Amino acid sequence: MSAGAGVASLGSIMMVSGNRTVHESPAAAARPDAESAEWLRRLADSGPQREAALARLHGLLVRIARAEVTRRGRLAISGPELDDLAYQAAADALLAITSKLGQFRGESRFTTWACKFVILEVSAKLGRHFWRHPAVPLDAEDWDRLPGRFGFDPAQEAEWRDLLAAVRRAVDDELTPRQRQVFVAIVLNNIPLDALALELASNRNAIYKMLFDARRKLRAALAANGYLSHDIAGHS
Amino acid sequence: MNGWPELDRFLRTDPRDVGCAQAMDMLHVYVDLVVAGAPVEERYPGVAAHLRACGPCGEDFEGLLAAVRGEAH
Repeated sequence: MSAGAGVASLGSIMMVSGNRTVHESPAAAARPDAESAEWLRRLADSGPQREAALARLHGLLVRIARAEVTRRGRLAISGPELDDLAYQAAADALLAITSKLGQFRGESRFTTWACKFVILEVSAKLGRHFWRHPAVPLDAEDWDRLPGRFGFDPAQEAEWRDLLAAVRRAVDDELTPRQRQVFVAIVLNNIPLDALALELASNRNAIYKMLFDARRKLRAALAANGYLSHDIAGHS
Repeated sequence: MNGWPELDRFLRTDPRDVGCAQAMDMLHVYVDLVVAGAPVEERYPGVAAHLRACGPCGEDFEGLLAAVRGEAH
């Protein structure tokens, strides 16, 4: 594992999702900027200084959580429900932040690092919220939705009918049962990836990896049959 | 070339893609670099590739970026 000199260089290389191993991380811990150092000093303190810093941080997290739920908008959460979700996300994030203070390496501003916790809490809570009123059950399988999902024009059905049949064949023949389940849930049923991860007692990374492999297999099958061009470079 | 751009885009995978776990580990660093105007896609191409391809991680990135920019003003 290499660690270049300075923050600008890439760090180590390790495993990931594709068929190749990649890992990018900052080269080394950096000295925190003055404001971040002040946050750390006050939070590590005891007594009124720490209490004041915790209250200020909590206020920041609530503001960010509320704005983030509103920004995402998808589930139309508002009023007391929005407040409740924002306060829960902020409280959980604050707990995580204070228990992980020692893991802050000064690679970013402290507030950016802290805000990440509340953004991820909001993300997770919205994933759970999805299953309160799911639009489609997990095991539904309506292939008529596929043309719409990929913007196929109904007026041009004669052109894409064969392609659609080829996609379906590739899904049936090329994917493992688990990959197929993930493809159907996310692509046909439009279930959010985080919500699916919860339902399958899995995690975002594992579901993404499964879908990544499914996409690669499907593309290869469609390219082999002349429906798509071969992905020579592999980069988007 | 093919006539199915959305399907093509969805099925196209980038071998540099670092996956969700690595991208989320790096997210705060990545966002601060974006805010600072650094050439972040060159510095972290695998994270950039992932954030383009993964809806939930892309959403978290947009959320953190909005939060940092909002708090700065």
